[in-house]
Amino acid sequence: MAVTDRITEIQAEAEQAIAAAGSTAELEELRVRFLGRKAELPNLLRGVADLPPAERGAVGKAANMARQALEGLIAQREEALAGAELDAQLERDRVDITLPGTPAQPVGSLHVLHQTWRELEDVFLGLGFTVMDGPEVETVHYNFDALNHDPQHPARAWTDTFYVADDVVLRTHTSPMQVRAMEAHPPPLYVVIPGRVYRRDHDATHLPQFHQVEGLAVDEDITLADLKGTLLSFARTVFGDERQIRLRPHFFPFTEPSVEIDVSCSNCKGGSMKDGSRCPVCKGTTWLEILGAGMVDPNVLRAVGADAYDPDKVQGFAFGMGIERIAMLKHGIPDLRLYIENDVRFLEQFG
Amino acid sequence: MRLPLAWLSEYVHPGGDPWELADALSATGTEVAGVDRFGIKAEGFEHLVVGKVLTAEQHPDADRLKVCTVDVGEAEPAQIVCGAPNVAAGQTVAVARPGTVMPDGMKLKKAKLRGVESQGMIVSERELGLGDDHSGIMVLPDDAASPGTFVAELFEISTDVLELELTPNRPDCLGIYGMAREVHASNGSPLTPPPWTGVELPPVGELDGITIDVQVPELCPRFTALVYDDVTIGPSPHWLKARLAACGQRSINNVVDITNYVMLLTGQPLHAFDLDRVAGGTLVVRTANAGEQITTLDDEVRTLDEQMVVIDDADGPTSIAGVMGGARSEVADTTTRVLMEVATWIGPNINRTSWKLALRTEASGRFEKGLAPEQTLEAQAVAHQLMLELTGATVRPALIDIGGPGPDPAVIRLRSARVEGLLGTSIPAERQEAILRSLEFGVTPAEDGLDVTVPAFRRLDVTREADLVEEVARIDGVDNLPATLPARRGAAGRLSPMQRLRRRAEDALVGRGLRGIMGWSFTNAGVFDRLRLPADDPRRQAVALANPMSEDHALLRTNLVASLLDVAAHNVARGARDLRLFERGAVYFADPDDKLADEHDQLGVLLTGRAAPPTWNDGAPATADVFAAKGVLEALATRLRVDLSVRHAEQPFLHPGRCGEIVLNGTDVVGWLGEIHPLVAQAWEIDQTVAAFELDLGAVLAVAVEHALVEEYEDVTSFPAVRQDLAVVIDSAVPAADVVAAARKAGGALLADAGVFDIYEGEQVGEGKRSLALHLEFRAPDRTLTDEDADGARAKIVAALTEQLGAVQRG
Ligand SMILES: [Zn+2]
Repeated sequence: MAVTDRITEIQAEAEQAIAAAGSTAELEELRVRFLGRKAELPNLLRGVADLPPAERGAVGKAANMARQALEGLIAQREEALAGAELDAQLERDRVDITLPGTPAQPVGSLHVLHQTWRELEDVFLGLGFTVMDGPEVETVHYNFDALNHDPQHPARAWTDTFYVADDVVLRTHTSPMQVRAMEAHPPPLYVVIPGRVYRRDHDATHLPQFHQVEGLAVDEDITLADLKGTLLSFARTVFGDERQIRLRPHFFPFTEPSVEIDVSCSNCKGGSMKDGSRCPVCKGTTWLEILGAGMVDPNVLRAVGADAYDPDKVQGFAFGMGIERIAMLKHGIPDLRLYIENDVRFLEQFG
Repeated sequence: MRLPLAWLSEYVHPGGDPWELADALSATGTEVAGVDRFGIKAEGFEHLVVGKVLTAEQHPDADRLKVCTVDVGEAEPAQIVCGAPNVAAGQTVAVARPGTVMPDGMKLKKAKLRGVESQGMIVSERELGLGDDHSGIMVLPDDAASPGTFVAELFEISTDVLELELTPNRPDCLGIYGMAREVHASNGSPLTPPPWTGVELPPVGELDGITIDVQVPELCPRFTALVYDDVTIGPSPHWLKARLAACGQRSINNVVDITNYVMLLTGQPLHAFDLDRVAGGTLVVRTANAGEQITTLDDEVRTLDEQMVVIDDADGPTSIAGVMGGARSEVADTTTRVLMEVATWIGPNINRTSWKLALRTEASGRFEKGLAPEQTLEAQAVAHQLMLELTGATVRPALIDIGGPGPDPAVIRLRSARVEGLLGTSIPAERQEAILRSLEFGVTPAEDGLDVTVPAFRRLDVTREADLVEEVARIDGVDNLPATLPARRGAAGRLSPMQRLRRRAEDALVGRGLRGIMGWSFTNAGVFDRLRLPADDPRRQAVALANPMSEDHALLRTNLVASLLDVAAHNVARGARDLRLFERGAVYFADPDDKLADEHDQLGVLLTGRAAPPTWNDGAPATADVFAAKGVLEALATRLRVDLSVRHAEQPFLHPGRCGEIVLNGTDVVGWLGEIHPLVAQAWEIDQTVAAFELDLGAVLAVAVEHALVEEYEDVTSFPAVRQDLAVVIDSAVPAADVVAAARKAGGALLADAGVFDIYEGEQVGEGKRSLALHLEFRAPDRTLTDEDADGARAKIVAALTEQLGAVQRG
């Protein structure tokens, strides 16, 4: 058989195989079989030099053409197969995109009281106050005496206050820090003191441990009107721009004059709900009691015992609010016990 | 205190709407908790009328019923069926006609009783809320009123009642007339003269056969007494019963009712002794002997101490002064002679007695707030009038008065400038004067303001200029003040560096997926036992409460781990087994050198269960172990830029092989870390691995604050680092941290970072050995390192590990 015939034969065989190839891998095998180092066709090309001179031209040309044709066919076939294969791969990659994502990290949060605590700090930081803290186990002096409580003031009773010793209590309010703060810093003094306090009450509306934020501003010319403006800013920042506050005269041993402050209810219109029922938040009164306040009693300034706090030279206001109550009003939390249970299903709702 | 508006209106006009009055009082300093309705309802009150029983015949079909005809002031008498045994022709009675709404809310309608129509009901005292008497119908005096008269016109059987929450500085408001003064100042309605005006009392003197000896005038500034003969004990008139009932007081008999009525009206408690039961006719006011006993009116035996004041007769104590009378001398049905005692007791002492005996009465609640001695004669005057009027008594010719009135009234200067300076708004002098006068202060003009005389009944409450400013401000209306902000000279609001770092620490934990909790400060010794703390463990040096509310809450906590375990147990019991919790808060140690506690700002972390829930592509996520906790600790250290390392150390409550102490800067132990001992977890009923750590956050922050907030730039991007790995075989007992520390030291300035990233133990390295793979990062701040630079440093590290720790380089 003439060499050129063999070339034609190989080409025909290869063409048939390429057309029948079902995958790029199979095609790669064919490339090796027909065009690889050890394949017949390239060897024919390499052997052209050994042929008689008359045959060299025809055989070389035929072999070259066959090789090029096969290379072209393989490339063509490969493109077709590769596209189909990728399509198949992509199809195999398909997922149910509605399945849940992989949680990147567990999600954390501060306790809701802690969040409220910080929010209150931030409000008063914005109003120019600094933040202090102080001891929870406190002397009777700072907790009661220096705050102008009568020696027989009912709050001192062992039924109302936790005692550690005759002259040491668990602080019943954050107010003892008023005198401590004034002892530590000269006026002008603008400070808030958040912290934990204790009273001997344990029922549906009282826990023996709870949290307050105390505020104190002492300067030469602080007025009750300044107290009102400061707490109006506070109320609007915490409860919303539409809120109003109301001052009612009250009595506290350590402020004079003393007031209680109510914030207007955001839950209702005029004390009624849309269905005409009484608002459960403000009980139909349209006002919510949120804190006690007043002008620092001269006797409290005197208790500091520093010339800089002479009640004839400086005056100031003080206020105290319950963090639990603010959080209850903000979030609609119905029961104090939720705060202390620390059930994660509760904690997860905030922050 | 209950304030019936019908009674109040005898002295001042309360206005139309009780809620309006409540608002006005709230705005001026008297908190009103609510408005209650006493007696029959306002709606239909005109249907309760006086009737005259014309006939009372037996009901044809019912033995116990009578069919009455009653003149009710209309053309035709009404036919009323009545079941009371005492009904009889000729009686004057109260008839509730159809339309009356009874106190219990029932609205009367025409009814048929056993076939006979009844056009209303003849009412009993109980049905009207006047008392407990249900034995029969209420029979009015014959001359009470003509038939058809509204009963509400005869006595106060239908009134709104304000529920007041009075502040302790205002004992003067603990009487109806005191509240009338407040209403007058608040709404401007004219005030009638007080009810004691114009009553003539016998002159002060002595009485034969009666001896009063006040041995403790410092505790009893005034003691007054009047003596009445020919007293007839009997029921009180309906108007008096109605007023007592509206205030929530039960009617007893006329004399006791008079004492209660006068107290409710004037705020001054009184006590009526049956003079025939006062042994020897002698009353001695003295302090009790320790352990002395007395049986009080409520038939309880009370044991007294030597600070309590008693009133003695010849047979011993007959009354606890200012708190409660004794059973022995109380007025009874047979009483004919009454000694009416009205005294002033020093508030704090009454307050103390009342606490100590756990005995709070209407009287003690008033005395403890401090009453004026002047009030005694006001009460004597009103009571005198009623004694004569209602009991047929005659009074003996002298008033015993020991002690006399209080000190002369104080005069306080109220400067106009001070009013404006404290309030931040000016109130005209005339307005100030009008307000103070409406509150019965005396006012005379002074050069820079007003000279103000304090009435006796405000003597204890108003003693300084600031107190007067309050009086002016509260009546003028504190709510009318402008809202201004302080000038804040030089004051800037900011957190301290410590406070900023504390927030950063908390935020680092929140960022690692932890939930903040807030647990109890209280704990108990049993918790220390459950933590297996030995007897001498410093964490047993807890602050103990002298008066805990329960044994469970008898101490203050010295650690957070118990609080975290409590919360974990609560949640695990409710099916939440994957928990990542932290708590920041105080722990408290008893300090032998300080009466206050040694309080530490502490941080605790607890991890248990899986960090993430299983998902469709990860069915078994890793659960927390000691290294999970350590990872959180490392994140915290990184955020605070402090060096916190952990080395093996045991804790009684930790797994002995998986525990360590947290060391700050390589020197100070500031906490512990590990897995909770299985027995401890079991004690909390947690049946899975719990990892935790706890540290003294205050101590860590005190170091962190030195540099964590000063973050100075360092060039780490201009020149690339060379990274290499190094594996060494070394004794298993050598802590990995020691290997890293030795490598760091040997690596010198070029070694920017080093750490363990793999561990192998097995046949290839031999028994008791392990292979540690370290990653090394070399960097120079001023040039790109060559491989030769890195190789040199690495060789030093290998040499050091070999020399110091017996390590052999692997492969
Ligand atoms: Zn509302």
